Amino acid sequence: MKVRNRQEAVKHEVNMTSMIDIVFLLLVFFVMTFKIVEMEGDFSVRMPLASDESGAVDDTELPIKLRLRADDSGMLTSIQLNEISLGVDFASLQNTVIGLVGSAVPGDDAGEGPEIEIDTDFHLRYEHVIESITAVSGYKEGDQTVKLIEKIKFAKPRR
Amino acid sequence: MQVKSRKVDLAEGDLTPMIDMVFQLIAFFMVLINFAQTEANDRVVLPQSVLVKPPEEALQFPIVLHVTQDGAIILGGDSYTVDNLRIGLSRELAVIRAEGKSPADANVIIRAHKDTAAGDVQEVIRVAQDQELERFALRVKEDRS
Repeated sequence: MKVRNRQEAVKHEVNMTSMIDIVFLLLVFFVMTFKIVEMEGDFSVRMPLASDESGAVDDTELPIKLRLRADDSGMLTSIQLNEISLGVDFASLQNTVIGLVGSAVPGDDAGEGPEIEIDTDFHLRYEHVIESITAVSGYKEGDQTVKLIEKIKFAKPRR
Repeated sequence: MQVKSRKVDLAEGDLTPMIDMVFQLIAFFMVLINFAQTEANDRVVLPQSVLVKPPEEALQFPIVLHVTQDGAIILGGDSYTVDNLRIGLSRELAVIRAEGKSPADANVIIRAHKDTAAGDVQEVIRVAQDQELERFALRVKEDRS
């Protein structure tokens, strides 16, 4: 049978242009604001203001003294740990700390363990201070971190 | 003369794969966008250390101090020097005290530039100690090399 006047099926096409515009705007926004996250961590330093009524101090409680010297440009010129001169080698510093602290690995309580006082020249670059804190705080053994000294404080700033 | 009607042949490209890809890209960037980076400051390049790891939980009552290479201190978007940092810290401590906490509960996060003078960082700590703050965190970039 012949069918006449068959109407063509009407196609309803959604206009995509505006949606694509917005989607591309969103994409550009995210691309422009995207920033690769740098992993950051902290070295904790607990330094309450020293009280004047501390009284007699037991010699065994005296902190290990770390002296860092710098030239005028802020470069490290010498490391001294308890009067032991170590040049500018952080590996030597770490080995000496291991020798001093020995197997006295800090316990679970963060308040336990030896203390170190960092006395640095004013102009020393902060990067070197962090290097020295890294050396005395511990070292990596595979994926494990072996802790050495967790209690860190600074001496008075030298002007 | 007879003119035949010409049908213009419109070639319509299939947009579906492109839209799929674009949506996937948007989803990727949305997942990876890091709003916590507001703590960072462009003027500060942190030193690196192999020992630090990102903290498992955020520090309580943080006061973030950026110390730039020239020794300027940035707190809450305002620039301070060692001499007037006390004013900025007092404002922060007023907020902490209003929450019923003491300065000893606050954590001072020091984000110092790697080439700044160590003495500047010590001075910042000294001023903060004068304000009865005692917990400090020296922020460092994780060195994975």
